[in-house]
Amino acid sequence: MFGRPLLRFVRKDTHINFMRGRFMGLIVSAVLSIASLVLFFHPGLTLGLDFRGGIVVEAQTPGPADFAKIRAALAEHGVSHASFQSFGAANDVLIRLDAGSEQDTQAIVDKVRHTVAESLPGTTILRADAVGASVSAELFRNGMLALALSLAMILGYIWFRFEWEFALSAVITLILDLTKTVGFLVLTGFEFDLVMVAAILTILGYSTNDKVVVYDRVRENLRKYRTMPLIDLINLSINETLNRTLGTSSTVFLASLPLALWGGATLSGFAWTMLFGIVVGTSSSIFIAAPLLLFMGEGRLKRGAKSGKATAPSA
Amino acid sequence: MYYSRLKLASVLGICLLGLLLCLPNGMRKPLPSIPWRQIHLGLDLRGGSYLLMQVDLQSLTHDRLQTLSENTRDALLNAHLGYQNIAVDATKGTISFMPRSAAETEADIAALNALPRAVPNEFSVSKREDGSIALVLAPESIRTRAREAVTQSIEIVRRRIDGTGAVDPEITRQGDDRIVVELPGISDPERIKALLGTTAKMSFHLVDANPLHATYPPQGVSLLPMADPAEGGPLPVFDHVDVDGSDLTNAGAVIDQQSGKWAVSFSFDSTGTHAFAAVSQANVGKRFAIVLDNKIIEAPVIMSPITGGNGQITGGFDAQKATDLALMLRAGALPAPLSVIEQRSIGPSLGADSIRAGMISLGVGFIMVVAFMVLFYGRFGWYADFALLANLVLMVAILSLFEATLTLPGMAGMLLTLGMAVDANILINERIREEIARGRTPLAAMQTGFEKATSTIIDSNATALLAHVMLFVFGTGPVRGFALTITIGIVTTLFTTLLLSRMLMARWYARTRPTSLPV
Repeated sequence: MFGRPLLRFVRKDTHINFMRGRFMGLIVSAVLSIASLVLFFHPGLTLGLDFRGGIVVEAQTPGPADFAKIRAALAEHGVSHASFQSFGAANDVLIRLDAGSEQDTQAIVDKVRHTVAESLPGTTILRADAVGASVSAELFRNGMLALALSLAMILGYIWFRFEWEFALSAVITLILDLTKTVGFLVLTGFEFDLVMVAAILTILGYSTNDKVVVYDRVRENLRKYRTMPLIDLINLSINETLNRTLGTSSTVFLASLPLALWGGATLSGFAWTMLFGIVVGTSSSIFIAAPLLLFMGEGRLKRGAKSGKATAPSA
Repeated sequence: MYYSRLKLASVLGICLLGLLLCLPNGMRKPLPSIPWRQIHLGLDLRGGSYLLMQVDLQSLTHDRLQTLSENTRDALLNAHLGYQNIAVDATKGTISFMPRSAAETEADIAALNALPRAVPNEFSVSKREDGSIALVLAPESIRTRAREAVTQSIEIVRRRIDGTGAVDPEITRQGDDRIVVELPGISDPERIKALLGTTAKMSFHLVDANPLHATYPPQGVSLLPMADPAEGGPLPVFDHVDVDGSDLTNAGAVIDQQSGKWAVSFSFDSTGTHAFAAVSQANVGKRFAIVLDNKIIEAPVIMSPITGGNGQITGGFDAQKATDLALMLRAGALPAPLSVIEQRSIGPSLGADSIRAGMISLGVGFIMVVAFMVLFYGRFGWYADFALLANLVLMVAILSLFEATLTLPGMAGMLLTLGMAVDANILINERIREEIARGRTPLAAMQTGFEKATSTIIDSNATALLAHVMLFVFGTGPVRGFALTITIGIVTTLFTTLLLSRMLMARWYARTRPTSLPV
């Protein structure tokens, strides 16, 4: 059964002239990235508990959640400034408080927990987290450090494996991908926390991987077709790897989709960001990374088997 | 393209071993015949509490400076040197005083430098601009002290938590001055927090009977408040410790025979018994204060010498307080207070929901990827799917072998690994297709496909590996679980795609010698 493949994305003689849209691709990308930067500064990312510090209590009340009653009960115990939000079902309530002094934060979370449980009998506390200001600053620093170091290591790796034109266009493309992801986070209001840092790193890893495959083919074709104009050569390389590019992005997309749909509050933000990142990372390989390589490499990329560091066999 | 029987047998052997290692996760009771190592569920999946606690450096510094300042006074007194305005500053870690006259400065510094140091270069002594002399603790020595305090505290924390009957608590050190406490199944950590937030240093002191000293305590006497303000105002208590709480052998919560109230009974070891007997013999009729963490629990009058080495504290406790105090006295005092700086607690229902969500996602994701590979790559897709299953089995096996902790992001990491793993098969299959289209024979096409795809596969996995190792090093909590499963997943992916699925394809070719490939 199913001995032979039933489907495929593009026929083997496909020749789409992707490079014709190179200016359009770069302009659209630049506009989106600039818009994302604007969004990053205003209104900015919603920081999650990990990075902002403070208190989050999630509770499930027996009936529909009565915010006013909880607010009044909390105020009676000296806890004001709490914000309330419903999530999921109507009887789920999420209570947030900003970080105060180190001891206060830890003491208030118990107070909130008890007050909610007492004022609405039958309430279950699903989750109660309190992160002190010093810890959140530290988590933020470590998160950014992880992001910066992995980016640096990915770049170092490409630099080591390819000529600088490849590495530089990959860097610029990754930065554009990153800014768009940030814009996506601002627009959707997903909280930026450690799990999101993990998502961004995974997207960057995936996006790099995608570029490496296209670049590998460009490098191979540079050796094979010594006289072909670079624009045609890049077009050819993209077309040759198109089935693979679409295939892998589909499997990663299919793997992330159930997480987005059923992964629960913790993972759905992560998974939606992943899905967005897969689309951005795949399209940027074709519409950004390739044109950039064309602009930087025109007349400069060396041809011939002996050239540069291009000695490894490639797919 | 040729694989020896030995190579084939060892690859399949590793897969079977992996399957065997997975088995314990599905069973309840250990079987003696197979290695018994299971994956632990993270707190986000089974419910429970995570507490990050920090040793109070300020209090450690203060304690040390207090001892040093007493030593300083003694040393100056013995050397017949005078001093004025001796002051202890715990935030800066200094003791400072004015010498009686500038001429004595050299002698003062020499006397201070002769003080015993707990560690080499623990402190330095110098003359300041205003003519005062300062003893400054080295920051490194405070860190050393914090490290030692954490080592001692971990043992005491463990004893205190074990005393509450918590199941499988995990207590680990983090950095120089932090302790992580993980409590599976306990979603309200308030009692544990209270237990760990108290140092429970108990000591017995004589009360100064001079009424004047209640307002102006002289050197060597301190005004200490009552633990329960209803019991009265502060009492002047001699600083000298007559009996130390660390000399206790046992403590328990009891109901006092006479009053019918909750009390804590305790018994001393031989050192404590002797000290207690000696003090109570010499001071019949005087008040004797029982001090816990610088607060007086009670200060009864000594009616008769107590030589049995047993005693009882009645401090207006309820059942819970008496039980907890007895527990803390048994477990020993913490060298410094521990304060909670991060806590996360997850109720059992949320954990169960997360497991269900993770399992459904994993199942659906797996089936979709499997179906995709079959629809797009036919027979070679089935081989890729077989390798994918082996990949999942090996990931679970390695996690079990390390007895790793599986978190919800960890499950996401597994799923993403599965999505990324078939990339290698896609690369190989697409390459074979191209080679066939160029008119190569099936054998040549497969050979070239494998060869050319290998370096791309290694390149793409290397970049992902670098990114996730960084995340593992700098991440905390559940995110580390994500990085760990992806890192393990990359290793298993290389094994299953470069060895297993290739071998399956090669064996099929050797068996059937097809004239065309199903691509």
